[in-house]
Amino acid sequence: MSHSNVSLPGPDDITREVLSNGITILTRSNFNSPSVVVTGYFGAGALMDPDEKLGLAEYTSYALMRGTKTRTFDEIYNELEAVGASLGFSSGVHTSGFNGRSLVEDLPLLLNLMSEVLMAPAFPKAEMEKLRAQLLTGLAIRAQDTSDMASMVFDGILFKGHPYSRPEDGYPETVQRIKRSDLVGFHHDHYGPRGMVIAVVGAVTAEEAIRQVKRALGGWQVKGQKEVLELPVLKLLKKTVSRHHRIPGKSQSDMVIGTNGPRRLDPEFMSASLGNNILGQFGMMGRIGEVVREKSGLAYYAYSSISAGTGPGSWEVSAGVNPLNVKKALELIQDELKRFVQEGVSDDELADSKANFIGRLPLSLESNGGVANALLNIERHQLGLEYYRHYSSLVNAVGREEVLNTARKFIDVNRLAIAVAGP
Amino acid sequence: MNNTFSKTTLSNGLKVFLKEIHTAPIISSWLWYRVGSRDEVPGHTGVSHWVEHMQFKGTPQFPANVLDKSISREGGTWNAFTYMDWTAYFETMPADKIDLALRLEADRMVGSQFDPTEVASERTVITSEREGNENEPLFLLGEAIQQTAFRVHPYHHEVIGDMADLLTMRRDDLYNHYRTFYVPSNAVMAVAGDFDSQSMLGRIRELFEPVPAGSEPTRLARPEPAQKGEVRLSIEGPGETCYVQVCYRFPPASHPDFFPLSVLDSLLAGPSNLNMFSGGISNKTSRLYRALVDKEVAVSVHGGAQATIDPFLYGITMTIHPKRKPEDALAALDKEIQRVNEEKVSKEEISRAIKQARALFAYGSENITNQGFWMGYAEMFANYEWFETYLDKLASVTVKDVQRVANEYFKPQSRVVGTYVPLG
Repeated sequence: MSHSNVSLPGPDDITREVLSNGITILTRSNFNSPSVVVTGYFGAGALMDPDEKLGLAEYTSYALMRGTKTRTFDEIYNELEAVGASLGFSSGVHTSGFNGRSLVEDLPLLLNLMSEVLMAPAFPKAEMEKLRAQLLTGLAIRAQDTSDMASMVFDGILFKGHPYSRPEDGYPETVQRIKRSDLVGFHHDHYGPRGMVIAVVGAVTAEEAIRQVKRALGGWQVKGQKEVLELPVLKLLKKTVSRHHRIPGKSQSDMVIGTNGPRRLDPEFMSASLGNNILGQFGMMGRIGEVVREKSGLAYYAYSSISAGTGPGSWEVSAGVNPLNVKKALELIQDELKRFVQEGVSDDELADSKANFIGRLPLSLESNGGVANALLNIERHQLGLEYYRHYSSLVNAVGREEVLNTARKFIDVNRLAIAVAGP
Repeated sequence: MNNTFSKTTLSNGLKVFLKEIHTAPIISSWLWYRVGSRDEVPGHTGVSHWVEHMQFKGTPQFPANVLDKSISREGGTWNAFTYMDWTAYFETMPADKIDLALRLEADRMVGSQFDPTEVASERTVITSEREGNENEPLFLLGEAIQQTAFRVHPYHHEVIGDMADLLTMRRDDLYNHYRTFYVPSNAVMAVAGDFDSQSMLGRIRELFEPVPAGSEPTRLARPEPAQKGEVRLSIEGPGETCYVQVCYRFPPASHPDFFPLSVLDSLLAGPSNLNMFSGGISNKTSRLYRALVDKEVAVSVHGGAQATIDPFLYGITMTIHPKRKPEDALAALDKEIQRVNEEKVSKEEISRAIKQARALFAYGSENITNQGFWMGYAEMFANYEWFETYLDKLASVTVKDVQRVANEYFKPQSRVVGTYVPLG
């Protein structure tokens, strides 16, 4: 059997190169399957959207593939789909990103298309209207989705007054307002090579991967690419705020209840992650799952998660329950949060949680996509190429006291955001 | 690559498939039982899925709480799925920890307790799961179509079962179902990853051979009679979005026509990925996308072929454009169906479908969990050879085959058309 550490990405098998135009390439070979993944991001997220045109970053990213100066929408997809390849763009709060894959023989085709749609999208009017109807339908479906709406209402409470309170896909009225010229303008102002990161993972050598990315995107130059906006300071909740968003005719209510969490680079990130695992993930959804699902039989799913990125994070518990059980489930969850900040975690629980984190790492790196995401994670947060090789010592360094202090720092059961969506 | 493959049948009838893959220190172990909603009668619908839930509730050796914690502690991931034809359990573990998964599966093949308190608590978990499903318009529509398409065959009901049965089934109903179907001769074990086949087989023998063979479960024999004309139905519910689903009768996966139909699926709606762990590709140049979405009668269209033991359905799901009517989408769909019925498809379209399938297979092979999945999965509705020769069989599909199956299976007389009418 192989030694587990060898299969984890590290400085001896990741190649990182920064092109003269600012694009960072990370690559790692995997010849087990004749396929390749290309994924990455650039600094053009919803943070830059004006309130009245919320959804602009996303609309722009989706619109890229709708036609270029030389190819129609149908021609672009025909090239991709004819060879079983895929390429898609999407947008988050801070960045927009792309995700493509193909058989390795089609990597040049994939990269060519990617560079063409990034550099020279045409935003054809008719296509923009088709896309608008699709986006609006997506928003109509979201309005009926109890889980999506609970999340959105939760963000609205927890991040009130902060850009994180806004849904990246916007609202029907803001998407209606976006004109073709807004898309052209957004692309002009925010798209460019500076700050772009690309990971290539698959059946290709590092030299070849870099050569191909260089050929496709090395010549891209943009004058006046705008700087990424700074995040404002978040005002924390002063007391618990609850909101029930009514969606008539539904048979289940979804709830999100929680508070702020650490940023990815905060020193508490690892202790919060390990603690959260005990609170609402480990085994079948941790302590929360044990109480809400196993003991009370109230929900099919009940778990906690932390979301930690560049800015302030969130630490949230989600559950879906019968509308008659909302109150009971909320009480059980709040009791667990109380116990978590009062008692902390036991030695056994922490040891289990650590073993779980260390043991599951190779599993998350099974596919090319998994490795590519790991490489982007390293770059986005400047974790260093050694990060995954050192991971177990980072995990093992966390003690019970630290988990408790972190829980107390972030979770205050008197200052929770509680969102419920359902009938 | 050094992928050694072997298959063995133990003395108690348990089939064992082993595939050595030494690319990462990971092993994925899958245990498949030939039991699903096709083995259920009214009054007991949903029993297979509920039994699957109870398999996580503990044995004397691994009590409920210990079970999931032990897997997580070792850094493993595990889950289970119940489908119409089968129920599968898998654990993907660091290679040196796989013994835990093997012991656990051998143990719960016979030793699950079905404690009445646990049954009671799981009842509400499952009704809650069903209520979550009922929040989704496409679940409601799919359920209505299935019950219309299958009056006699047990594909009539959804895997999760009917609420009436979930509220009334008793502990013994579950336990009897478990004892009837969870026997070695009704199971297939598939293990893929970083191990030595001989020692792995030795360990599997040691753990599983003591389990008594059991008798072959009796199957329901209720084939669906031929449909005598198109059926249309509609259901109503909240929302603003209208969906139309059109379902044609499809042959079982083991039928030779499944392959030309897969080609047809690929060119009509983009390739269906039968693979559970590696996603699909877009379908924006498929004939239906061009005819429906490009022409703005729908905002999305998807096709779905499924590999089943008995004849099932091929569903085309259309999300109707907010400014158009469901009839417009149906008319556009009919035009495209008529086209494949009347005009020969091109050779290029066939080669394209084959290349797409080849790419999807390559994506799926990146992942050891998926390799374990395929070995057992193919065995559930055909055999492993079906999987191994899949690409070759697609490659031998001719233009004539495609036209023949288009005419044979895409007939209005044997379809069910369902509409979800949004009430705002």
